[in-house]
Amino acid sequence: MTGSQVGLALSVLLACAVEAVEALTIVLAVGSTRNWRSALTGMGVALLVLAALTAALGPAITALPIGVLRVVVGGLLLIFGLQWLRKAILRASGLKALHDELQIYDDELAAARGAGAVGGDGIDGYAFLVAFKGVLLEGLEVVFIVLTFGANQHDVGLAAAAAAVAIAVVVAAGVAVRGPLARVPENTLKFCVGVMLTSFGIFWGTEGAGGHWPGGDAALLAIIPVTLGLALAMVAALRRRMAAAPGGDEAAVGA
Amino acid sequence: MNRLRAFALFLWEFVVGDDWRIALGVAVALGVTAAVAGAGATAWWILPVATVALLTVSLWRAATR
Repeated sequence: MTGSQVGLALSVLLACAVEAVEALTIVLAVGSTRNWRSALTGMGVALLVLAALTAALGPAITALPIGVLRVVVGGLLLIFGLQWLRKAILRASGLKALHDELQIYDDELAAARGAGAVGGDGIDGYAFLVAFKGVLLEGLEVVFIVLTFGANQHDVGLAAAAAAVAIAVVVAAGVAVRGPLARVPENTLKFCVGVMLTSFGIFWGTEGAGGHWPGGDAALLAIIPVTLGLALAMVAALRRRMAAAPGGDEAAVGA
Repeated sequence: MNRLRAFALFLWEFVVGDDWRIALGVAVALGVTAAVAGAGATAWWILPVATVALLTVSLWRAATR
């Protein structure tokens, strides 16, 4: 496996694991309060839609000329990566509240309990729709990452396999724990994914726009650690600013 | 029409996210890279510099809001 393939697999695996944890929380909440059959059916239908999207869009994307593909995909990956990184830096520095799976699980439980009586033996519309929507929306980002990374490296199969492994691991962990995966270091994972998406976005965007990296593909080995170092430096700078601000660490959490 | 609007809103949220300046900045930086590379000059440094600038400005705005 080449360095690029390792980067591809790792990025997709981490991104997919984060999204799968968030989707699992929603499915667990509506399944345990409403109706497991409906929640699992909603999840299954959403996974089928996501698989169909991947199958339909994959060949279309890979048919694009490599220059166009790289500039479009590089640009989108960079935008996505910077948004992930921005959120992760704000959370790591205390400027934004951490993603709390237990709180989200409790909110979903309360909403599911307040959504009226559960239907008889048939499908419970609420459980089905909430699970379907949750899995579909969380999964769309994964489909995007699988397709863009896979198409650029001509290895959609490897990207899809990494996504499948991540989903299997998260679902197995959820079944073992029988509850939301609150101990998963979600922000750390999002931080790593943000660094990877941003780095690959910079690399492919530049190549797609006609630029040439000194050292070719090996430039990625410099771009990734430099991006990581800068992101960590930004966290440190924001933490220092928070500590120096009147009101200290509590001032901006939840901003 | 409402569904169309909801879909457009979803697409905007999905692609652009919390700070539209990042998306705009990336698009401009890609255009500048293409123009500089097209003129035969070295262009690989433009996107990294733009990335650092965009992230710094976006974080600064969030921190001082």
